[in-house]
Amino acid sequence: MKKFVVVLFTVLPLWAMAQKKDIQKTSFEVDGVCGMCKVRIEKTAYKVKGVKTATWEIASHQLTILFDTNKVDIEEVHKAIANAGHDTPTAKAPDEVYENLPLCCLYERKKKIE
Amino acid sequence: MKYAYTFLFVLLSSILSAQTEIEGRLLTQENNETYPLEGVNVYWLNTNIGTVSDLEGKFSISLTEETNKLIFKYLGFRTDTLTINSKKKIFHFMKEDTGEMLDEVSLTQRRKTIQKSYFEAQNRVQINSAELLKAACCNLSESFETNPSIDVNFSDALTGTKQIRMLGLSSPYLLITEENIPSVRGASQIYGLTYTPGTWIQSIQITKGAGSVTNGFESIAGQINTELQKPSLDVPFFVNLFNSINGRQEVNLHWNRELSNKWSTGLYVHGNQRALSTDRNTDGFLDLPLNKQVNLLNRWQYTDAEKGWVSFASIRFLEDQKQTGSIDFIPLTDRGGSDAWGSEIDTQRFDASFKLGYVFPLLTYQSFGFQTAFNRHKQNAYYGLRTYDIQHESLFANLLFNSIIGNTKNKFKTGVNIVWDRYEEEVDLTPYARVDQAIGVFFEYTYDSLEKWNIVAGLRVDSHNNLGTFITPRFHARYTPWDRAALRFSMGQGRKVANVFAENQTLFATNRSIDLRTNGGQVYGLKPEKAINYGMSFQQGFSLFNKQGDITLDYYRTEFQEQVVVDWETPRYIRFYNLEGESFANSLQLEVNYAPITNTEFRFAYKNYQVKTAYIEGLKQKPLQAEHLFFANGAFNNVTTEGVGWRADLTFHFVGEQRLPNNPRDGQDFSSDAYGLWNTQITRVFSPKFEVYLGGENLMNIQQSDPVIGIDQPFGRNFDASLVYAPVFGRMLYAGLRFKILKQ
Repeated sequence: MKKFVVVLFTVLPLWAMAQKKDIQKTSFEVDGVCGMCKVRIEKTAYKVKGVKTATWEIASHQLTILFDTNKVDIEEVHKAIANAGHDTPTAKAPDEVYENLPLCCLYERKKKIE
Repeated sequence: MKYAYTFLFVLLSSILSAQTEIEGRLLTQENNETYPLEGVNVYWLNTNIGTVSDLEGKFSISLTEETNKLIFKYLGFRTDTLTINSKKKIFHFMKEDTGEMLDEVSLTQRRKTIQKSYFEAQNRVQINSAELLKAACCNLSESFETNPSIDVNFSDALTGTKQIRMLGLSSPYLLITEENIPSVRGASQIYGLTYTPGTWIQSIQITKGAGSVTNGFESIAGQINTELQKPSLDVPFFVNLFNSINGRQEVNLHWNRELSNKWSTGLYVHGNQRALSTDRNTDGFLDLPLNKQVNLLNRWQYTDAEKGWVSFASIRFLEDQKQTGSIDFIPLTDRGGSDAWGSEIDTQRFDASFKLGYVFPLLTYQSFGFQTAFNRHKQNAYYGLRTYDIQHESLFANLLFNSIIGNTKNKFKTGVNIVWDRYEEEVDLTPYARVDQAIGVFFEYTYDSLEKWNIVAGLRVDSHNNLGTFITPRFHARYTPWDRAALRFSMGQGRKVANVFAENQTLFATNRSIDLRTNGGQVYGLKPEKAINYGMSFQQGFSLFNKQGDITLDYYRTEFQEQVVVDWETPRYIRFYNLEGESFANSLQLEVNYAPITNTEFRFAYKNYQVKTAYIEGLKQKPLQAEHLFFANGAFNNVTTEGVGWRADLTFHFVGEQRLPNNPRDGQDFSSDAYGLWNTQITRVFSPKFEVYLGGENLMNIQQSDPVIGIDQPFGRNFDASLVYAPVFGRMLYAGLRFKILKQ
């Protein structure tokens, strides 16, 4: 019990601080519409290991993330979000995923000449 | 292999046949939401081939050789022409045709003055400064009149002090903090809420049920935290004057100065007095005490947003004098004699606090916090021939570290705090002295699923010289079963040392004999108190006739395992003893908020309290605790963005029957009649700088006719001013003004 307490209160905070972290902040546009999109985009970003925080702003469509450069390449985050149905500047969501998004989440895709 | 070819063939042919048509969906976007467009005309340019979109905005149209220009036409929307070069599904967004002149429609929604969160794990209500303006005046104890979660009771017939209760338990069982530093406790337990002037308060947070482990082990029924004005945010100059017909005057002055882009300072001065003797019920005693208070606060704030530092330092002095009793009483000549009964309570208090916070650059989720506070509280009081003096010094320090585990869905707080208290009391010439000291470590984990779940689980271990070493667990969870709903659960344990005299100072307003039934416990010969609190709450937002509202139902139960029972049941005695048997407080509250018309807001609440304790004579409802309470409040506010308009407020409190202990006035098994109180306030806002208000409390002039028992013989054994169940004073009218100089 005593050991557990010691670990909890001293080792953990020290560990949290001492971890060698190359944390970087970045933000990019992610297409989406509503509060449901926000939950999906943020949840997906968090699933990528090494992502510390992820916040998508509904009004500006900007996703801001803090991530550990040792653990994750930012392209992985783009891909993961695209695979969840939301286009990013460097990754495009598969059509069938986009088409199956709930109605309120359907965003206007950027026009591309085909 | 053969099968594979067959399969491919079938697949291809089915795709090809399907592709003689093209499918699509027509949508529009409004207020961050996508909607389907039903009934849009879809046709190929210059042909007769056309269709209409369905309920979900879907359509399909056969391909034609004649053209590849597809037209979408819908009343009120701009007609679009698309060039179709592939057979891909079309997702097309149409825009409303607003014409050339586009007037921007700006939607302004007034911030609700009481904000309940759907997303927090704890059942917390935030009261902002706009709500605080609704209360008549003047200090923290009077700031809850328009909030149904807090009940305001009368403590005694002499001092006019109001006592607050939450979940059926009075303030000693609530953790009252000022900027998260425990403030109203120990010697200041009874009058402490009157030492924070209303204008100094920036906001109040009320947490029902178990609090967070980071704030100590003392909270049992809940927590009330007050945030004071911040020099960098408050206006450069503010003045508030108040006058009421019961002779109370108040002055509040704020000066705030920005010394540099990092430093700012504020000086806050409060003075109040009641110099007018009133005896409306002609019982020969003052209805309200004569009093004087001077209160000074100086705050310094340092903010370096770039480097992540923020710091506050504050010092504060308070001098408070009250005189009450017979209207003929002259302290200089009558004190100590038996010609006239009188009482004086003099308090001096000094507070100093320091806070330092650091947020790691870039790692915004990681931070350090350090808080420390020292205060010295000295009260000298006599009540007729009784005396009660107390001196309380207290030191508090807290070191806190916040960070995450993996990512910000998993946060934790951990830290250590120390509390040191020294008490010296003199109760009718009997001295008591003691030191309480404790060191505690805590850890709190918060999980946020970002969607449906929030969990806060905390644990602390404390080592206390009078309570021993013990563990305090606390747990909170929130679940969102569906849209705009929140289901909350909380559970936690709390402990405290019962400061029997300081918490029950009203006993000195009686001639009851003190019967302290000691049993070898650590403090006053009694065992400290220990209770668990658990409860649930359900909140649902709704729209009715296109207007917003919410409904909340909550139920909490506090179960005492150890308690110092305060027993008023026998006339002429007040008994203190450790609980034997059960003691609990159950509270049920149903609250509805609704804004049916623009600029108005209504709030209704029903509360049921079962607060029962095993007294020597058996299990009984706590005296002077109504079982049924009802609350209604209507508010109107049409103050424009330019800061001109009216604010008005009407509040109704219904207080059900209250049980009174056996006493010479009411006899045995007496219950007071139920009554209702109406309060109102009207404010005229002339400009963002200047406003004038007028108000009334207890408009129907409800009065308890004989609040003091045995008043004809105030030095006799029956004298008792503690059994008050209704207002003593009756109707009160007041007026005031507020003037500020705004920031450039």
